[in-house]
Amino acid sequence: MASGIKDKVAILGMGCSKFGERWDKEADDLMVEAYEEALADAGIETKQINAAWLSTAIEDQHVGKSGVPLAIALRLPYIPVTRVENYCASGTEAFRGAVYAVASGAADIALAMGVEKLKDTGYGGLPQRSRGVLNSMSWANFSAPGSFAQLAAAYRAKNGTSPGELKRAMAQISVKSHDNGAKNPKAHLRNKINIDTVMGAPTIAEPLGLYDCCGVSDGAACAIVTTPEIAKSLGKHDIVSVKALQLSVSNGQEASHNSWDGSHFVTTRTASKRAYTEAGIEDPRKELSLIEVHDCFSITELVTMEDLFISKEGGAVKDILDGFYNADGGVPCQIDGGLKCFGHPIGASGLRMIYEIYLQMLGRAGPRQRQDEPRLGLTHNLGGFPHQNVCSISIIGRYGV
Amino acid sequence: MTAGILAFGAYIPRLRLQRQAIAAANSWFNPALKGLAKGERAICNWDEDTVTMAVEAARDCLTGIDRKTVRGLQFASTSFPFRDRLNAGIVAEALDIASHVAALDVTASQRAATSALLNALIGGGPTLLIASEKRRAKAASPYEMTTGDGAAAVLVGEGPAIARLVGSASRTADFVDHYRTDDQPFDYQWEERWIRDEGYMKLVPPVISEALSRAGLQPSDITHFIMPGTLPRIAGTIAKAAGLPETSVRDNLQAQLGETGVAHPLMLLGHTLEQAKTGDLVLVVGFGQGADAIILEVTAELAKLPARAGVKGHLARRKEEASYNRYLAINDLVEIERGMRSEVDKQTPLSSLWRNRALLTSFIGGECTKCGTVQIPKSNICVNPNCNAMHTQVPHAFADKAGRINSFTADRLTFSPSPPACYGMVQFDGGGRMMLDFTDVDAEALEVGQPMRMMFRIKDHDTQRGFTRYFWKAAPAPISSKES
Repeated sequence: MASGIKDKVAILGMGCSKFGERWDKEADDLMVEAYEEALADAGIETKQINAAWLSTAIEDQHVGKSGVPLAIALRLPYIPVTRVENYCASGTEAFRGAVYAVASGAADIALAMGVEKLKDTGYGGLPQRSRGVLNSMSWANFSAPGSFAQLAAAYRAKNGTSPGELKRAMAQISVKSHDNGAKNPKAHLRNKINIDTVMGAPTIAEPLGLYDCCGVSDGAACAIVTTPEIAKSLGKHDIVSVKALQLSVSNGQEASHNSWDGSHFVTTRTASKRAYTEAGIEDPRKELSLIEVHDCFSITELVTMEDLFISKEGGAVKDILDGFYNADGGVPCQIDGGLKCFGHPIGASGLRMIYEIYLQMLGRAGPRQRQDEPRLGLTHNLGGFPHQNVCSISIIGRYGV
Repeated sequence: MTAGILAFGAYIPRLRLQRQAIAAANSWFNPALKGLAKGERAICNWDEDTVTMAVEAARDCLTGIDRKTVRGLQFASTSFPFRDRLNAGIVAEALDIASHVAALDVTASQRAATSALLNALIGGGPTLLIASEKRRAKAASPYEMTTGDGAAAVLVGEGPAIARLVGSASRTADFVDHYRTDDQPFDYQWEERWIRDEGYMKLVPPVISEALSRAGLQPSDITHFIMPGTLPRIAGTIAKAAGLPETSVRDNLQAQLGETGVAHPLMLLGHTLEQAKTGDLVLVVGFGQGADAIILEVTAELAKLPARAGVKGHLARRKEEASYNRYLAINDLVEIERGMRSEVDKQTPLSSLWRNRALLTSFIGGECTKCGTVQIPKSNICVNPNCNAMHTQVPHAFADKAGRINSFTADRLTFSPSPPACYGMVQFDGGGRMMLDFTDVDAEALEVGQPMRMMFRIKDHDTQRGFTRYFWKAAPAPISSKES
């Protein structure tokens, strides 16, 4: 049994650009914006970085392929730079690359950068793009909202939830995220909304309305990681370390085998179980201080509460309506506004979530700071579609916890 | 001559454009359209064309018949999607009979189907003859009112015929009542009265007489007279001139369907066979640059033919289309703003299409010879997590399987020529599932567990290169028993 990553790697510094419609910025501007903050936070110079990972998911819309765009943007001194892509889990993949490099001893200090520049398509929502030669001839004509929307139909059928009740819980998810996003100066959407706004919005993909869908944004986020020992030697006292990094990838079973009911994520359930074991967590509902999950759509967040084993099966609706996931609830979810309001520049999103957990652990989250002193936080990404996807989980916490 | 008709089938698109909607939109320009504004006509959905309708008519025709026995396939139409690509070949692949049939397109005349029928009745092994037409008419033209879209099929050959040929006659004449050239999208027509008096009335009755005389029959012997055409009351007028019984004139389905061009003689033949009795004599006429007259005698085999949707079932499977604007849009008769999401490059690698034809055109998946799990698409390693055997899969057909909706949505974001795009996970009875586009559904009536059947449809168009891509979609089932 592998010993896992727990407490082997510390976060030395992090940065995040403002997310949103950054009409006046190129992808390299956004990367530099995140990098300047991370570099200052880490207290190091560029030449101290031994290796770097770049994550982008829709690179043909902006920087193109390879690690070169990151090396150029930051003028990295001919070090190894690798570009990774794994749908919406790309940002966490870059982080995983940097963390594993440090844990292996291959690098003392490594950098992970995620960036996406999505607002040059001319329309709202994710860019419409090719899916591969055969897929484009045989896949249904599904969009992101349309594939995730189906969770609702299957969830209702499985739990006997009425459409109205489910829609109301979904609306509460978005209302909560807007409340949180309003307190976050870097968030894409900072307006408060109410349940009636959500319920009355135009339909995107039945039953998802406009406010059940997250924003598509431009942005970048960056992490610099090292060993806890080096972090201490560089003068860090409050150390935030990596407790678990897990990835689970669909193998086609959900899409082609009738063992999946369509109402949950097989990958999230698999990855979260492994992550809890790696981090030594027995009861996530009690032990996690806060979570940042992949709320691409409200229904995704709803079923994820059960897939992470925080709400019991069929219990997410009640927990959500009870305010358990609100900023002042038992386990705050999306305390920074989430994908819904902070925004979703795909390649940056996983790193943005880790950035928020990192700030919260250090008490640096300003007006949105979690009141009870946080100890452990979880981030979660889903890329692809419920019937075939990539799920990444990270658990970040105070060193030694 | 022992050949006869062994089986019949039909397909009519579910959408029925209300003629009142056409008149309401266009009578400001042509007030005479008000006089035609009764009933409805069948129109293709956005994802239907002559090929997809032909596949459905053929499946209906082949109900209960071993497809391996079919040796030939003839496909008649004047509205084929491809001018140089064997349209009958697409149909043959979709029916999964391509590897053992000779396939042929027959075209360029409104009597293409009857001429092909005569040829098939003369020639060898079981031939599947399909006629399909998607009528394209200018807005505000009488043709827009009187035509309809549809397909019909017959299986012709030696054996237990449901109707056997007893006589026929043909005549060819370069009588141009209408025409359409290579570079014109629409027909150009001459005056109806001239077409009736100089065309139908002078060309058809002699051919009927000749066919009757060859069969040794009197006009009064005919039980059913099938005379397609868009001219009002033309069948009755010809019947009178030819001495046929007034009661023999078949309903031309103008009220419910419209004239389906090349498909119409076979459509009316199918409709007739649904009501005919043993010994009935059926006279089918095809008109277009001459005329064919075919006399068939219904046999006792007809009653033994397995149940099928046929013309009656498909007529009952209908949805009223009251939006003339949607009809214009889905038929490309108006330039509509489709949005930037429609601009994705749809280039089809023809090499991949060929390599994957079993999945894409025939909808064939795999069956694991080790554990028995069926799946689509077929794969090298079995999808069953308790098996995962390698290279154990043999082809397994999914096109005729029944399925049920597992999850669904109605999507207004993704580009569809007729939004919302409805799709979802369909789970097949006996195993296998696939995320599939839905067609011919009402978004508000979708539910988990709803029974579905597969239909061969247009997936999308490569508008840059003029290529049509077909694939299989899920549509509500059944098509007939409940609705007819």
